[in-house]
This record gives sequence, C-alpha cells and structure tokens, in this order.
Amino acid sequence: MAVSLSLTVNGKPVTASIEARTLLVDFLREHLNLTGTHVGCDTAQCGACTVHLDGKAVKACNLLALQAQGGKVTTIEGVTPADGLHPMQAAFREHHGLQCGFCTPGMVMSAIDFVGQNPAPNETQVRDALDGNLCRCTGYHNIVQSVIAGAKAMRGNT
Amino acid sequence: MYAFNYHKPASLADAVAKLAAAPDAKLLAGGQTLVAAMKLRLAAPSDLVDLGAVNELRGVKVDGNSLVVGAMTTHAAVAASTDVRGKIPALAHLAEGIGDRMVRNAGTLGGSVANNDPAADYPAGLVGLGATVITQKRRIAADDFFRGMYETALEPGEIITGVSFPIPKRAGYVKFPNPASRYAIVGVFVAETGSGVRVAVTGAGPVVFRVPAMEKALSASFSADALKGIAVDVSSLNGDMHASAEYRAHLVPVIAKRAVEQALGR
Repeated sequence: MAVSLSLTVNGKPVTASIEARTLLVDFLREHLNLTGTHVGCDTAQCGACTVHLDGKAVKACNLLALQAQGGKVTTIEGVTPADGLHPMQAAFREHHGLQCGFCTPGMVMSAIDFVGQNPAPNETQVRDALDGNLCRCTGYHNIVQSVIAGAKAMRGNT
Repeated sequence: MYAFNYHKPASLADAVAKLAAAPDAKLLAGGQTLVAAMKLRLAAPSDLVDLGAVNELRGVKVDGNSLVVGAMTTHAAVAASTDVRGKIPALAHLAEGIGDRMVRNAGTLGGSVANNDPAADYPAGLVGLGATVITQKRRIAADDFFRGMYETALEPGEIITGVSFPIPKRAGYVKFPNPASRYAIVGVFVAETGSGVRVAVTGAGPVVFRVPAMEKALSASFSADALKGIAVDVSSLNGDMHASAEYRAHLVPVIAKRAVEQALGR
C-alpha cells in the first residue's frame, strides 16, 4: 500500500510516496540518502539510529516513517553547519569520544537533545541520559567527557 | 514486516470507525512495542490505525482529586508534567524510569496499558493508585482491567482514551530493573490513598498483582518495618533467564520496603 508522506527533513520540505511499512530510518537512508543515521541493532536498543522528531530524540528504526507525517525531522547531517561542526560534534572530536565511530551519530543526537533539557549536566546525569545509546567499543569514558564538554560549548563558555 | 493498510484518523470518532471496519486492525500508539513486534513478524495486523493525529488523546488535566492523563501522552511528557510532578511525584518517577530517553519520547501511557506487558511499569502505577481506565465506551477499575499476561478487559473495537489517577496522600515506586531493557524484574508501587493502602507488584508474576498482607500491615503502620516477615507465594511467580521465581519472591519485600521509604521521603 503506497501512501503519501510529507514532512520536513533538516529544514527542507520532502514529499514522497512510500510503502506504509517503511521505517523512518530506512526512509532517511534509502530514499533521502541521509546515511549518517545508522542502523546498529535494528531492535531499538543501541540508539545508533537516533534522530530528532519535532525536537525530541527518537529511535528511527522503531518508528514508521508515516509516524513523522507533517513533522520536523533532524538528522546528524542537519545539525552540522556548512562551515564546520556543531559544538557537540567538535567536542566528540576534541575529546576522542569515538573509537570505530559507528554509534557516534546517535550519541551526538541524543546528547544534543539531552543538553537542551539539562544545559550543565554532571557525569552521572550524562551516563543516565545515554542509557539508550550503546557503544560496542565500550568507549564510554571519552563519550561522557565529550558530552560534558559539548554541553559547556553549547552554553557558550568554552 | 508484512504489509498492512494504514489509517491516520484525526478524531477519536474516526479512529473508532476505522478500527471497527477491519477485524484484524490494530491501534498504533507510540509504536515502541508494536513496531518492534511487527518487524519480528510476531504481529501482523491487516490494518494499522495510527492514533498519532488524535490530539484529544494527549495531555494531563487535574480533575478534582484526580489526574487524568490522555492515552497518547508520552512517558516523557508524563515525567515532565508539572501537574504530575506536583500531585503524584511517584507517577512522574515511574514514567521517568521506563525504557530509555528515546523510548520515553515516543512510547505512550495508553500503549503500555493496552499491551499489559507483565514487566511493564504502568500496570503497577495504575493498580497501586487504584486508577480507572477510560475508554470511548466505559470506565474500568485498574483492579479489573489487567486480566493476565498481555490480556486486558478491553473488548474488540475499544480504545483507551485516558487514565484517571486518584491523587494519593503519598506514594512510592521502586523497581529492580533488567539492566538491558529497564523492564522491571520486580517493581513495587506503594500508595496511601483515600481508600486505604495499596501495594501493587509488576514484573514478578504473569500480571500485576496486589499483596493484601502488605496492605494490611502498612494500614496499621506505614513504615518499612511493618513489612518485616511478609513473604509472597513463590509458586505463582515467573522464573526466566533473568531471574528465578525464588529470586523474584525474595525481591518483592525488599523492593516494597524501598518503595515505602521513598513514599515517606517525598
């Protein structure tokens, strides 16, 4: 059953005819070629597919694309300014908050959403907030340091 | 995932009509369980009726001495609601502990209640507070709603519109979470309400259950010490790869005491 989907992705209006069973992550990756959003576990556990839907972090492998009908989706590509990196991305680079990098887009998207609600988190709060993001390299120490630094940068007092 | 027909009604009346029109239709709330089950082909509805655009099902209202939470209110919204945090902080705490941030941003109260997972948190909250499930047809006491493993009192074509939670004098919810899923291996909701003390246990048995011996003891003295020596019958509890029935039986009074202490600390 083909259904029409209209939504905003990274600030641009998108309209497509898709099968109703298309997952949001597949729509982003296969239809829009936005491959920064990763499919890790494909069972809503690892968080590599995290994007923002109407400003809130969600797991794109566990939502139908049609659940984003009329909504605003932001992917990792959408947070990156044309001339550099988002402060959270820059913090991940600076603090080596990645090993293989596969989980990184999801980590960054979760972290940006979380820091929006808690601009000055401590380590415990960051670890709690990243509950839904798994790093198979177990590189959590530097990821947590990156999020704390990224939060500071987003507050504007680097 | 198998193909299905998709419907996105904008009103409750239209959702009821769409659900009635297809015998194998299922309601889609936040999708955090259903979409995953469909991906695994554990569920294969002919039609999905997506409630995402039925705005009348969202939000929290204070109604006299109760809080009424719309069925499509997300766990994150319940956790962040100033009304819930102010009137029933234990319920906000419960919602804040479901799954992870991303799951809480999508998953809903109505979806969780209708699914009635034996390890879900909300059934303990509803039974512990003596809540009422509201559908388009009737009001169902939580005590009568949760029938068995994944089984509820809902009839075909019935849609949960919200849940009415009486505001308790005090309440606490503590769970021993599975470290991977955050589902409750054992979760205990304790509340001192206008109609007495209620103790509801999730995760331990096939369905949420109350513990009358604990309720009686806490009615006499609302303190963790009052629960000393009260055990639950191990024969009715779940044993699985995460915890044996004996382990769960041991956890119930331990977690219940912590829930009482949390209630007293609020």
